[in-house]
Amino acid sequence: MNENLAVTSRVPDAAGRFGPFGGRYVPETLTRALVELTAEYEKAVADAKFHAELERLYRHYVGRPSPLYHAERLSRKCGGAQIYLKREDLNHTGAHKINNTLGQALLTLQMGKRRVIAETGAGQHGVATATACARFGLECVVYMGEEDIRRQRPNVFSMKLLGAEVRPVRSGSRTLRDAINEAFRDWMSTVEHTHYCIGSVMGPHPFPRIVRDFQSVIGRETRRQCLEQLGRLPETIVACVGGGSNAAGMFYPFIDDPQVKLVGVEAGGRSDRPGDHAATLSFGRPGILHGMYTYVLQDDDGQTSPVHSASAGLDYPGVGPEHSYWKQTGRVEYCHKTDAEILAAFDTLARTEGILPALESSHAVAKAMDLAATMKPDEAIVVCLSGRGDKDAHEVARLRGEEY
Amino acid sequence: MSAIDTLFAQLRPSGRKAFMPFVTAGDPDLDFTAEVLRCLVAQGSSLCELGIPYSDPIADGPVIQASYTRALDKNLKLADVFAMLRGLAPDLAAPVVTMVSYAIIYRRGLETYVAQAQDAGVAGAIVPDLPVEEAGPLAAICRRRDFSLIQLITPTTPRERALRIAEETSGFIYYVSVTGITGERTELPRQLLDNVAWLRGRTSLPICIGFGVSRPEHVRMLAPVADGLIVGSAIVRRVAEAASRPRREVLAEIGDYAAELLGALSG
Repeated sequence: MNENLAVTSRVPDAAGRFGPFGGRYVPETLTRALVELTAEYEKAVADAKFHAELERLYRHYVGRPSPLYHAERLSRKCGGAQIYLKREDLNHTGAHKINNTLGQALLTLQMGKRRVIAETGAGQHGVATATACARFGLECVVYMGEEDIRRQRPNVFSMKLLGAEVRPVRSGSRTLRDAINEAFRDWMSTVEHTHYCIGSVMGPHPFPRIVRDFQSVIGRETRRQCLEQLGRLPETIVACVGGGSNAAGMFYPFIDDPQVKLVGVEAGGRSDRPGDHAATLSFGRPGILHGMYTYVLQDDDGQTSPVHSASAGLDYPGVGPEHSYWKQTGRVEYCHKTDAEILAAFDTLARTEGILPALESSHAVAKAMDLAATMKPDEAIVVCLSGRGDKDAHEVARLRGEEY
Repeated sequence: MSAIDTLFAQLRPSGRKAFMPFVTAGDPDLDFTAEVLRCLVAQGSSLCELGIPYSDPIADGPVIQASYTRALDKNLKLADVFAMLRGLAPDLAAPVVTMVSYAIIYRRGLETYVAQAQDAGVAGAIVPDLPVEEAGPLAAICRRRDFSLIQLITPTTPRERALRIAEETSGFIYYVSVTGITGERTELPRQLLDNVAWLRGRTSLPICIGFGVSRPEHVRMLAPVADGLIVGSAIVRRVAEAASRPRREVLAEIGDYAAELLGALSG
């Protein structure tokens, strides 16, 4: 890539730019709310009580720190480096999403707003938002594509049990991208009393920064745990990338450690053909989508392309702007894994370690297994196991043509 | 002076107001779009706003969204829209501006987009997802090429920011009537009149009001404070009927509807 551009962790700038990426491409109606959110977030960053409250929730409500687990049988099977799993799947609600929604719920309270809206694809962010809202007594509305509602029934019911209203989205492709559009439209009319809790490191400034910061607890803990367990930092860290929040949270605390190789794995889907994958950084180009300047999958007219992945959580035609920056600077290496490869990795992890990974996280597992085999036994590779796979059992059965 | 500046220079001395209908390009097809534009101008419209369909329009309500989806489902391309306008512009007695996402402009290339639009006879652009902070590069090209870049001010825009937006705008200011998305409303907020009057004292640019404007009573309420009124969803909804009914009839109804609002505007 562009090696002469030095990477820095001191991003974004005041305009929300990560190098050239990011920014704030939204209707004027939303600008004031984004300016106010930026100021409120600065207040929170400087407020020791805010940090203490979030820390307390992470510890006693989420169950943090999540373990860094040495997967010895998986490592032996791959025959190379020692593989460690950062167990975000053990968090309350079963994924890393809760790290962000609790932080944004505290911000919502600080701003004096009482209503929260969110978008969700697989339903993990929807459940995590509904959970945080229930915990703080906030009204919660989750937008979800009609197609995703069909694919992810159990999560839809969980959100309802938690007191959230799930609004089906019937426009466009009826998936995550349209759920985001619909959440923005709601916010256009309700911005005075509603907070939009975005689920990934995407959207207009300041969301990419806020979500990265809340998710960075993953990388900070991993750093400390590596020093405790290995006595040093790992050689390589691998995480899956859709919008890119678990990867951003894992990578960010290691950006200034050039000896640690960082690898992001996108959804390769069925094939490299347009419409068959969701590998934005691998096959896309810079453009505008959902309020940000970043890599996107678009046609020559600027219309968003259809995407596919077996994992609903990576099924997104854009990516967080900081990932575009890390790609451009060469700090993070991005690749992709196909549906078939991740299903094989899902099986292997299930049977060697007794852990069902989310299909999203299985992308990272698949890549880590490849990499480990090329590394030495005294080297270490950390995988961000971003979520648990129980939610995917039904989808795995369907893909294999088996009874559920 | 762009064609839009010329238009308001003609209207303002006599106190006349601009009627500015919005039409989605390519719904149900570009031939009908051209017919609708001709019909609206024949009724006395001062300026036509042409919506360039976009896959992810976050500022638009269900009516305009659905029209965009229908047009894109038929594989509408930007080049076809410009080709239609090139054929139409010479005998259309009103300027055309495009309502277009920055995603589309950026992909085409800023300079190329403006050049191609001008070649097709387009006088300016409204870019609903390009706030003033991000508008610099496009604004510079528009200034150099005398292409109007019409920016939006909304009820949530703080006053000092409204002044900054007015500074950076050319053609006219698009004043958004409500906090929300496009679509017909039964009532419009009274506060709007005060806000527009406040801005009026601080800019010489024409101020045109849009979002929710759909009824003769809206027109009568807003005409005294505005230089022009923009009517979108109410027209797009009528145009959509052309998919299932005789086009002659639909065109006649659109003409009647425009005439009713134009009557309220001049009365």
